[in-house]
Amino acid sequence: MRLVLPILILFVFPEIAPQVGAQDHANQKPTKRTTIYDEIAQAPAKARAKRNPLESDPDAIAAGRVLFEQHCQECHGRSAEGAGRGPSLRVEEIQTAEPGAIFWILSNGVVRRGMPNWSKLPEPQRWALVCFIKSLGKKPS
Amino acid sequence: MPPRKTFHIVLATVGFAAFSAPATRAQEGPYFVTYNHYLEEPGNLEIEYSSTFGTQRGGNEFHAYWMEFEYGVKAWWTTEFYLDGQTTFGDSTIFTGIRWENRVRPLKREHLINPVLYVEYASIKGADKILKEVEGHDAEADFAPSNGTLSKEHNHEIETKLILSGTFKGWNISQNTIAAKDFSNAPWEFAYAIGVSRPLALKARANRCSLCPQNFAAGVEMYGGLGDSESFGLHDTSHYLAPVLVWNLPSDWALRISPGFGLNDNSHRFLLRWGVSREISGFGPMIGKLFGRRQ
Repeated sequence: MRLVLPILILFVFPEIAPQVGAQDHANQKPTKRTTIYDEIAQAPAKARAKRNPLESDPDAIAAGRVLFEQHCQECHGRSAEGAGRGPSLRVEEIQTAEPGAIFWILSNGVVRRGMPNWSKLPEPQRWALVCFIKSLGKKPS
Repeated sequence: MPPRKTFHIVLATVGFAAFSAPATRAQEGPYFVTYNHYLEEPGNLEIEYSSTFGTQRGGNEFHAYWMEFEYGVKAWWTTEFYLDGQTTFGDSTIFTGIRWENRVRPLKREHLINPVLYVEYASIKGADKILKEVEGHDAEADFAPSNGTLSKEHNHEIETKLILSGTFKGWNISQNTIAAKDFSNAPWEFAYAIGVSRPLALKARANRCSLCPQNFAAGVEMYGGLGDSESFGLHDTSHYLAPVLVWNLPSDWALRISPGFGLNDNSHRFLLRWGVSREISGFGPMIGKLFGRRQ
């Protein structure tokens, strides 16, 4: 019975297992980063071809920034430069991706790699996020 | 580390995190009973307090309440722990039990209809009145006896749900099919819940705001029993219809309210539910750091 609590906690909070986690982290190959960005390539052609309906909306980037601060910066970093839990969104792989592909990633997430789907945000809000993410490549970081 | 110490450290961290966590806005759905397919973000902990005030014919009105601790273990798996209690006016206040639920999304992509599998273990007294699930032949009359009488019954129950949910043009439609079984010789009990909701505005404003319509979502849910494996159907079951409203504040708090109306003679005439929740971002990694895990 005394073992139940620690087992339950380890089961629910796998982050607590320091040795195993640290070893896994150390053994990570540099290809892992590439693999995460490769998820964009999974976007179907139909999704890539979607046009951003807020492309010419002057408020879209500012609205996207607010949404980014509320929902994304915790994992991707304050300036989207990447943090412990999420990759940088300023890299070439993201900035050269079609807006439709980024929208598709936002809508579907990369669930097996820890990114939830954000379809709970209405479509116009996801497109505003796409506007903001794409704007990051237009100015010096 | 002794389990007791581990438990205390976790509790202290929850308390600390609740006041010092970075501000990320909760994006809660408005439902109290119906589940949609959106899970907790991985590593986030949501703490919620909810209440149900209910009228009672043939007995005293009651105020039941529960604390929810909802944690995103993975992007596809959310686990939740509940503590239930209730006050029956003119009677007593009692702790009525615990629940532990798990929700898993089997499909990795978003579809028109998204299934989520739900399993819950509940260890609750017969006096539990939160009415978060109305199952089998549950009826208002079951709640009329005193807390002393109802507390003599203690249920160990497993509850399963198939959650089907999809969002189109901002409208979320969710349907839950529920099957619950007490560990005793009781038959399987069945129930349903259906919800429809939509944010008041789909487009976000370019500035942070508290009262702008994008922060509100409104809808309606309907739920009730479907009998049990020995007498399946709508006879001797209770049903409710409840408008729902949620206000997601930019300060990462969410408030929900729902007046519910009984639809037949077996139902409570009126239920008023309200809840307040706060999301603690990055709770899991915070705990991990505490135990020496590198990011």
